[in-house]
Amino acid sequence: MRVTFTVNGRRQEADDVWEGESLLYVLRERMGLPGSKNACEQGECGSCTVRLDGVPVCSCLVAAGQVEGRDVVTVEGLADFARQRAERGGCAGGVCGTGLDEAKRWAAKPAAEEQAGGQSGGPGELSPIQQAFIDAGAVQCGFCTPGLLVAADELLERNDSPSDADIREALSGNLCRCTGYEKILDAVRLAAARGESRTAGQGA
Amino acid sequence: MDFLRPASWEEALAAKAEHPTAVPIAGGTDVMVEINFDHRRPEYLLDLNRIGDLDEWEVGERTVRLGASVPYTQIMENLRAELPGLALASHTVASPQIRNRGGVGGNLGTASPAGDAHPALLAAGCEVEVESLRGRRMIPIDDFYTGVKRNAMEPDELIRAVHLPKADGPQQFSKVGTRNAMVIAVCAFGIALHPGTRTVRTGIGSAAPTPVRARAAEEFLAAALEEGGFWESGQALPPSLAQQFAQLAAGACNPIDDVRGSAAYRRHAVGIMARRTLGWTWESYRGGAHGTKGGAQCA
Repeated sequence: MRVTFTVNGRRQEADDVWEGESLLYVLRERMGLPGSKNACEQGECGSCTVRLDGVPVCSCLVAAGQVEGRDVVTVEGLADFARQRAERGGCAGGVCGTGLDEAKRWAAKPAAEEQAGGQSGGPGELSPIQQAFIDAGAVQCGFCTPGLLVAADELLERNDSPSDADIREALSGNLCRCTGYEKILDAVRLAAARGESRTAGQGA
Repeated sequence: MDFLRPASWEEALAAKAEHPTAVPIAGGTDVMVEINFDHRRPEYLLDLNRIGDLDEWEVGERTVRLGASVPYTQIMENLRAELPGLALASHTVASPQIRNRGGVGGNLGTASPAGDAHPALLAAGCEVEVESLRGRRMIPIDDFYTGVKRNAMEPDELIRAVHLPKADGPQQFSKVGTRNAMVIAVCAFGIALHPGTRTVRTGIGSAAPTPVRARAAEEFLAAALEEGGFWESGQALPPSLAQQFAQLAAGACNPIDDVRGSAAYRRHAVGIMARRTLGWTWESYRGGAHGTKGGAQCA
């Protein structure tokens, strides 16, 4: 069957989708977006977490056919998504979102280029939560990171100054076998603190 | 495999009548696991996500009509006052990602004794609204569970909603697992005080082939509360009374030994949870500090 839905702000189509296929499989194997990770395939690990119509879900447990006409944000589109949210209105006319080719080429900007180039807004730009994960040393092997980023970003969208209990609760569906979680908690606290200081700077 | 995408409830009923073996999929948190692991290859998947009605709830004067697919997250956030027991149970379901998708309809359809919603549904007392092209019927929750992962539904029927009485007294839920999140119940216990009718209802999960009520415990407690004039006086319950209630609750179990726990442990734990949840609800009834407010409490 054919499935058409919005991925990271742009309409995409997948053909020859098997009826029992998961959204995760379509994203990774048919759309070339391997950011969402495939691990447990039973909703235990959270490494495949994406936003479905804004709601964090395990994409391995969503049947591809259920996504028809709906809106998905993956880690590849997270920076763009966060930028549009910060600008509040989203995109004013014209094409918005992250193109599939652009998303497939996504890579974190090397440090040297970051310093030289500054904020360009293109691929390689990081969302505040992504930058916080790097700065706090919350990434080790990196396998769980995409799911944690999507879940943590959604937490901060709802709650800009979460308590430790709020953070633990929001991330309770994401397993990490490297970090022991402390640095991940640090990263979310850091992103929240930076968000607050930014708001304070605007006098809001 | 065929993927059926009815746009309305009527279309869904027609599809289920035409293909009674079709597996309904809403949140997908059970069905997709089985498909991902190749434990199940249904001929038809019947997607219920496009039927908006199933995601809605309605708070009436006496009852709440809870759509079969209302996610557990919504129950926790919006129905804590009306359905405190179910809200507490919802909070113990897996993780935020799963609670954002899963709903009570899935628990009922699967009818696993480990489903977290069952003890709360049994304790509240409710009716399950099922429908087919042949008509609609309301199945009392006490008649719903018929065997291990079996329920009272016919192959052409779908679950549309659950009708629960609004809480008329304190309710509690307690669950034993190896950790707080992402855990299938070793066993679970739900209790609801119904001061209006001077009755108490309970529900036990994962400690019998089906979710069950601890009827002997309920009857003993209702009689003891009545005889002692406790409903009027609001006095503290004597420990011996709570102990007897716990023993009877443990006696209602018919558990098995499995990887999650032994039968003896389950019986013991259900007794402990029965005693503690009775204490919490009774304190709440008396106006004490333990309410159904806040998060789930450790048993």
